[in-house]
Amino acid sequence: MSAANKEIGPPVIELGVMGWLRKNLFSNWYNSLLTIFGLYLLYILIPPLVNWIFLDANFVGSTRDDCTNEGACWIFIQQNIKLIFYGLYPTEELWRINFVYLILFISGVYLLIPNLKHKGWVGAFLLIIFPIICVVMLSGGLGLEAVETRLWGGLFLTLVIAGVGIVLSLPIGVMLALGRRSKLPVVSILCTIFIEIWRGVPLITVLFMASNMFPLFMPEGVNFDKLIRALIGVMFFSAAYLAEVVRGGLQAMPKGQYEASQAVGLTYWRMMALVILPQSLKMVIPAIIGSFIAIFKDTTLVLVIGLFDFLGIIQFVGTNPDWLGFSHEGYVFAAAVFWVFCYGMSWYSQRLEKKLDTGR
Amino acid sequence: MSELMIEMKNVHKWFGELHVLNDINLEINKGEKIVICGPSGSGKSTLIRCINRLEEHQRGNIIVEGTELTNDSRSIERIRGEVGMVFQQFNLFPHLSILDNCSLAPIWVRKLPKAEAKQKAMEYLKRVQIDDQAHKYPAQLSGGQQQRAAIARALCMEPRIMLFDEPTSALDPEMIKEVLDVMVGLAQGGMTMIVVTHEMGFAKEVADSIIFMDEGQIVEAKNPKDFFDNPESERTKTFLSQIL
Repeated sequence: MSAANKEIGPPVIELGVMGWLRKNLFSNWYNSLLTIFGLYLLYILIPPLVNWIFLDANFVGSTRDDCTNEGACWIFIQQNIKLIFYGLYPTEELWRINFVYLILFISGVYLLIPNLKHKGWVGAFLLIIFPIICVVMLSGGLGLEAVETRLWGGLFLTLVIAGVGIVLSLPIGVMLALGRRSKLPVVSILCTIFIEIWRGVPLITVLFMASNMFPLFMPEGVNFDKLIRALIGVMFFSAAYLAEVVRGGLQAMPKGQYEASQAVGLTYWRMMALVILPQSLKMVIPAIIGSFIAIFKDTTLVLVIGLFDFLGIIQFVGTNPDWLGFSHEGYVFAAAVFWVFCYGMSWYSQRLEKKLDTGR
Repeated sequence: MSELMIEMKNVHKWFGELHVLNDINLEINKGEKIVICGPSGSGKSTLIRCINRLEEHQRGNIIVEGTELTNDSRSIERIRGEVGMVFQQFNLFPHLSILDNCSLAPIWVRKLPKAEAKQKAMEYLKRVQIDDQAHKYPAQLSGGQQQRAAIARALCMEPRIMLFDEPTSALDPEMIKEVLDVMVGLAQGGMTMIVVTHEMGFAKEVADSIIFMDEGQIVEAKNPKDFFDNPESERTKTFLSQIL
């Protein structure tokens, strides 16, 4: 390259704020038109929304009569917050739920901070010991008063169903995917049938079956908790979808990876655990998280079998005569909370992808 | 006295209707270096892949170090532990660092303690001269470096036999030599090697015998001098005239 060439920079027109605007928003006449139309849409949508949610909203008070401003009446949410977050769980036992949240929060933060030691142990604690703590703390035992699951509700119930569904469905889904690709015909056929049956049935039907049909097949006197039945339904439903996602990842693996693992003497399970699954699961992280988000939102369907999840209980408190007419606030609040959780998962998946990226 | 390492007796294999291995008979002694060449589709890769059971032969016997290859998974595992393999496409594990690529099998198959496995991996990486790349991932290395890492990975299992399946065919020309140098060094160290390659310079330098295959058969097997100077078969002559 000659010295003269080095001194020529990119054309000034492409530099700076003006350059960026010109390149991205006003590059030609229809692009400019779209930009102006977009700005107009923002102009007519954003100010009224901000006014309704924040500026004109009512935040202080205790009854509907305190909602004198034109905007949203957040007092409605505030007054019902215990129901919305915990359902009918006895007030004096709420510390048990909060205690579980606290453990989850502390371990979660610990796992998210980069470069801390003993993350493996914290992870193992979360996967093995924490569920036991949850069962004892939440449903009672070891001297703690029993709390029936029909009293569970609100955001707490949503998190229990989604959490159990997500955590258990991944390993089951992986096993189903491996089974479907197995060379043993019996295993492969059984897994395929299982996957296709669960995928072919709407979740709402699964829940109905779990709630109403299942007891008919059980001997007299045997009675599974309704929540547990719903959990099992959600878990298998999610596992069937995950199985297909994981299978996609397994099929994308180059044959050479299997051959290289075999050539160094790894047995089938070690090859899968050490070489194939780490790579193929990494490839399908976006699809796995997509499934998780879907199942998180689908938990709202448990309302049809009489479990009052987060959305269900918000609808329920909206029918309270004291608070009739505030369903807008309820739905906006529900949407915001769902969004926070779903976006959280999405954010985490992107972070995970970046962290695990080793080039290819 | 020579010790018999690999014995193939009347080995046949078909892919569907295609007869890819047709009555292969082969005896390889300890320390021998065999080069296999032949046109593409002649069955040379399939032949060496049968030795560590990446392909299953359908007739005949393959005996590696006294153990016959059968469907018994224990015999397969034992043989895979003794036989290292290097692939055309390297097939390093892209999610692991070079060091972890090398120490994975010693840790999980040989049950070596982690520290010891890593130390040994470093020794072999030094031997193929990429110990300075040990903590990088495969995608960060050049093709030649990746292939040398793949050789180190195979050596870490301390195999008694090494199979090379066209180890330099996927490399840019300027990287072929660095890989061949490592292989020559290995040969001089006394390793039993079976190499599928078209690098005739390498064959001349290290091979004890060169096998020419065509259409699933061993057409000619001779020491390098006779192979290049007095090929008997017309097919061998044609092949040699095309590649030399």
